[in-house]
Amino acid sequence: MNPSATRTVVIEPVTRVEGHGKVTIQLDEQNRVRQARLHIVEFRGFERFIQGRPFWEVPVLVQRLCGICPVSHHLAAAKAMDRIVGGENLTPTAEKIRRLMHYGQMLQSHALHFFHLCSPDFLFGFDADPAVRNIVGVARKYPDLAVQGVMLRKYGQEIIRATAGKKIHGTGAVPGGVNRNLPVEERDAFLKDLPQMLDWAEGAVRVARDYTMEHLEELAPFGAFDSNHLSLVRPNGEMDLYHGVLRAVDAKGGTIFDGVDYQNYLDYIAEDVQPWSYMKFPFIRSLGPERGWYRVGPLARVNLCDSIPSPKAEAARKEFFRLTGGRPNNMTMTYHWARMIELLHSVEVIEQLLHDADLQGTDLVVRGERRNEAVGLIEAPRGTLFHHYVVNDRDQVVRCNLIVSTTNNNTPMNRAVEDVARRYLDGVQISEGLLNRIEVAIRAYDPCLSCATHALGQMPLVVELVGPNGATLARRVRDSGA
Amino acid sequence: MSETLSFTIDGVAIEARPGQTILQAADDAGIYIPRLCAHKDLVPFGACRVCTVKVNGRPQAACTMPAAKGMVVENNTPELLEHRRRLIEMLFVEGNHYCMFCEKSGNCELQALAYRFGITAPRFPYLFPDRDVDASHPDVLIDRNRCILCARCVRASRDLDRKGVFQFVGRGARKKLWINAETELAGTNAAAEDRAVEVCPVGCLLKKRQGYATPIGRRLYDRRPIGSDIESRRPTPTT
Ligand code: SF4
Ligand code: SF4
Ligand code: FES
Ligand code: NI
Repeated sequence: MNPSATRTVVIEPVTRVEGHGKVTIQLDEQNRVRQARLHIVEFRGFERFIQGRPFWEVPVLVQRLCGICPVSHHLAAAKAMDRIVGGENLTPTAEKIRRLMHYGQMLQSHALHFFHLCSPDFLFGFDADPAVRNIVGVARKYPDLAVQGVMLRKYGQEIIRATAGKKIHGTGAVPGGVNRNLPVEERDAFLKDLPQMLDWAEGAVRVARDYTMEHLEELAPFGAFDSNHLSLVRPNGEMDLYHGVLRAVDAKGGTIFDGVDYQNYLDYIAEDVQPWSYMKFPFIRSLGPERGWYRVGPLARVNLCDSIPSPKAEAARKEFFRLTGGRPNNMTMTYHWARMIELLHSVEVIEQLLHDADLQGTDLVVRGERRNEAVGLIEAPRGTLFHHYVVNDRDQVVRCNLIVSTTNNNTPMNRAVEDVARRYLDGVQISEGLLNRIEVAIRAYDPCLSCATHALGQMPLVVELVGPNGATLARRVRDSGA
Repeated sequence: MSETLSFTIDGVAIEARPGQTILQAADDAGIYIPRLCAHKDLVPFGACRVCTVKVNGRPQAACTMPAAKGMVVENNTPELLEHRRRLIEMLFVEGNHYCMFCEKSGNCELQALAYRFGITAPRFPYLFPDRDVDASHPDVLIDRNRCILCARCVRASRDLDRKGVFQFVGRGARKKLWINAETELAGTNAAAEDRAVEVCPVGCLLKKRQGYATPIGRRLYDRRPIGSDIESRRPTPTT
């Protein structure tokens, strides 16, 4: 058997259905799952597109990378460009306006994911008819929940509009600061709706918790596997989604590194290339590519921080940890619960910020000594996002390297799919139940399939079974229900 | 008693001072004729043809044509609007315009004209020309991807700044903005404060490191469509 022969079959780009995630499951001679792989079409050519562009354009330009998380790219690039202009010590107003924008983005993204994309799975079960298992079904059967999802998301989007100027392709962050503050009238409008948002966010944590605890027997082993975890935390260990130092722990909670200045990320993180995927596979250098891969995103962040600096979310975190006796949680399906804890935290942070008079300050930009190279990191809704730029003396970008959140979660998503395939594949048929479960496992990571797709409604998915000789044994395509 | 010449634009009686172009007289009267290469502080040039009107039935550039007694000028006709719309669309496809991240967005005359004409996407295929960026100067950037060859900078540098930094080279589709120096802008005495930089209607000549300083919503054309400043001069019609 020639393994490379089986490999070439699956990456043939022409067999890709545009905007679909593609999964190949390879079987051995006994028709057992040997390996399962998730192929994601990554946005290509960006590194070349950006070459020669003036650096101050980059925070706006990078939003082209992704229609789903433009604000995260905007802010990660802006953080890098702060350093290029020597303005990384932002004024209090600039820092807080950016934080407000970021937590607004976190809120809208998490709300969309939980209420629109995932709640149908929870409310109707993985095996429910796809015709019912969608947001329209939720709106029919649980109208309150559907409305809350829409309103929470809208609140986050309005915060983005108020701080960035537009819901997408905003310009709020500029190198060394921001271009606007928050007028009192806008602040007051947000404060007025805040208690309601807080109430719904607490409710969302309860829904996620109760769902997890009630279905623990099914969910605990579902796509579960030990992994390392990586995220930014504050130097004192508290959760911070906008800025901090890098921390990584192993599956048991043992420190791999901590307090790392992300300007030096390349000393700690490397990217592996696989012949079957366009996507890179980041890993922790000291552990090597085999053992060094890690999870990012809500689960990693809740696992890694020592505490959450807002009371309601901190209480929720403590409750979350009772499930694992204080150890890191390695169950894929608990991403949802962790995500809702972050959603609650985001609303609490937004409240803290709105009460801060610095948001109305007028000192918006600082600049200092010019640099030619910089890294900007942020905890995007989907996980750690790396932007790295080299700028020449003429102010043009000459090199850039991005590691997007979904790429960081590449190996974990592959593991989760493999685990599900092992558990639920029966014979050489791709059953509806298997397809549903693969979808659920991938979705737990909230992959940005347009830093990868626009999967509203059902995730468009192609699943292929590949035999030991490389032949396709079965193929099943599901288009987006939207 | 000052001498004036009377003529009409779309049937409205206009008084022009001798020596005024149709465009200048229309401006004073509060009638907007779209334009790109014309600028109030620069000598008329007649390059873009966006200001095309009909004078006694014949197409003319309003920015170069002197007003004359008894002229019958058509401005707001479906035919002329369509003609201008095509010209504007051509300008978009002849360059590389990505408004969504361009720092001139909201302050750009070409984009503002597109909005005024209700253009959302050009009908013509994009040509994706190969254009370059000159970032050599410490304070001024040239992004030729967005140059519309209006020659405002050429005239401003020659006549207002008295530096003569810019010129055109090449013909037809190869025509491009060039520098009166061996190679790059850094080899000239251009400065960020030059009028030449300020008058560029698009995001081609830019002050470095200033982009996006004005938030969305407060940019020039976020507030009012292009031409509305001129139109607001028009006395409210008494009917
Ligand atoms: S120069 Fe004007 S038309 Fe061209 S991309 Fe910039 S804003 Fe758009
Ligand atoms: S650089 Fe600007 S002002 Fe000069 S010709 Fe090009 S578009 Fe016109
Ligand atoms: S404005 Fe008259 S030709 Fe350009
Ligand atoms: Ni994305």
